[in-house]
Amino acid sequence: MSTPTVHPRTVMSTADIARALTRISHEILESNKGPDDLVILGIPTRGVALADRIAALVSEFGGAAVPRGALDITMYRDDLHRNPTRTPQPTQIPAGGIDGKTVILVDDVLFSGRSIRAALDALQDIGRPAAVRLAILVDRGHRELPIRPDFVGKNLPSARQERVNVLLAEVDGAEEVTIAS
Amino acid sequence: MRHLLDTKTLSRHDALRILDVAEDMRDTQTREIKKLPTLRGKTVVNLFFEDSTRTRISFEAAAKRLSADVINFSAKGSSVSKGESLQDTAQTLQAMGADAVVIRHGASGAPQTLATSGWISAGVVNAGDGTHEHPTQALLDAFTIRKRRLGADSRGRDLTGVAVTIVGDILHSRVARSNVWLLSTLGADVTLVAPPTLVPQDVSAWPARIRYDLDDALAAGPDAVMMLRIQLERMNAAYFPTEREYSRRWGLDARRVASLPADSIVMHPGPMNRGLEISADAADSPRSTVLEQVANGVSVRMAALYLLLAGERDTTNAEEAAR
Repeated sequence: MSTPTVHPRTVMSTADIARALTRISHEILESNKGPDDLVILGIPTRGVALADRIAALVSEFGGAAVPRGALDITMYRDDLHRNPTRTPQPTQIPAGGIDGKTVILVDDVLFSGRSIRAALDALQDIGRPAAVRLAILVDRGHRELPIRPDFVGKNLPSARQERVNVLLAEVDGAEEVTIAS
Repeated sequence: MRHLLDTKTLSRHDALRILDVAEDMRDTQTREIKKLPTLRGKTVVNLFFEDSTRTRISFEAAAKRLSADVINFSAKGSSVSKGESLQDTAQTLQAMGADAVVIRHGASGAPQTLATSGWISAGVVNAGDGTHEHPTQALLDAFTIRKRRLGADSRGRDLTGVAVTIVGDILHSRVARSNVWLLSTLGADVTLVAPPTLVPQDVSAWPARIRYDLDDALAAGPDAVMMLRIQLERMNAAYFPTEREYSRRWGLDARRVASLPADSIVMHPGPMNRGLEISADAADSPRSTVLEQVANGVSVRMAALYLLLAGERDTTNAEEAAR
């Protein structure tokens, strides 16, 4: 692994992130034709913080409370034996469940697509949604699986070895998206 | 974590990690589909040289819920009864590609021997060895106490300030030993109550208080009372005059349960001798956590197997490089 030689460059500011989430929230309402039967699930860690914000915005714009939760994918990863043991995070499914609902999966960065593959497997063990959509703050490319996002905050062309870092106020105390080579 | 052999050397950090992962495992067990794909392709061998029902079934359920393959091996009807040594049995399992070995053995220290001998590269989980330790039982007991006290708030919390009284045959009990070490590591205050004949020779180094009178101990208002099974199969000497006298002085009956604080719980690792160390109404009272302990046992054992097997291992890496 190469150590970053260039200082991280900021590609999204706090305001950029807020605007992107507002737009994504409107797009979710538009494609779903309203807030009915939506369930917004974040993938830990930062996806959960983003899901909370999107759920709040969708509830505000849509005029009805939209359930949100967290979907841990640790037990479903295909790279468990290649890394030191990961500690799972809690999964929280809203009381109404996900059967027949439109689930919006939320994560911070979309890269290989393997996390989303794991999330789809995890979802299948919990219930049978009517549809599953994917909202991503940063799509950096380099997919290894046939997975594409439905709602994207920012398309960020990157080289494979570059590091994209999302910082969020709830988790990191600071808020920005940076890229470093 | 490479092995789980005892709770004496288990750090507070590692103990809490197992308990916290067990919380996540417990959540998955309330779903319609309880099986996780996490340990697909791994093989867990249950190597039981002593009789056991619930521990073996619990480990089997835990491994299967994580999609591991399970091979059950019990000494009865195996080559062990033809005189095969632990070394030969272990090397046979190694040759079959076991990733984890869950071992119960009548000799204290057998799991340690298995883990350090170099006979196998698998992770070793102690499921009870002689009168030494039974770490997963202590972990599930700690999990049950924490869950009853803190509910959904349990993650990351220890047992600071919780008073636990363990009653019965301390001398022969590996459950008591594992609990003494683990509960004190987690900050609980442990009291042991037993007839003087059933207290080990030297317990001065144990982080626990010894009492001989059960009513005195219960008057202190413990948060949890853990009754130990009188192990009739190990009672090869006269430790107490009659079962009736034992039951009267150290057995938990309805009267003693009623004297406990309203929120304290009654625990028993099972199998119970109803009418000896615990009366039927104490065992079946709403304070009794016996069945919760069994359910939590599966979650705790899933956590232990997950932490042992899911991450990268030096040995499996070598095998993969060769592939």
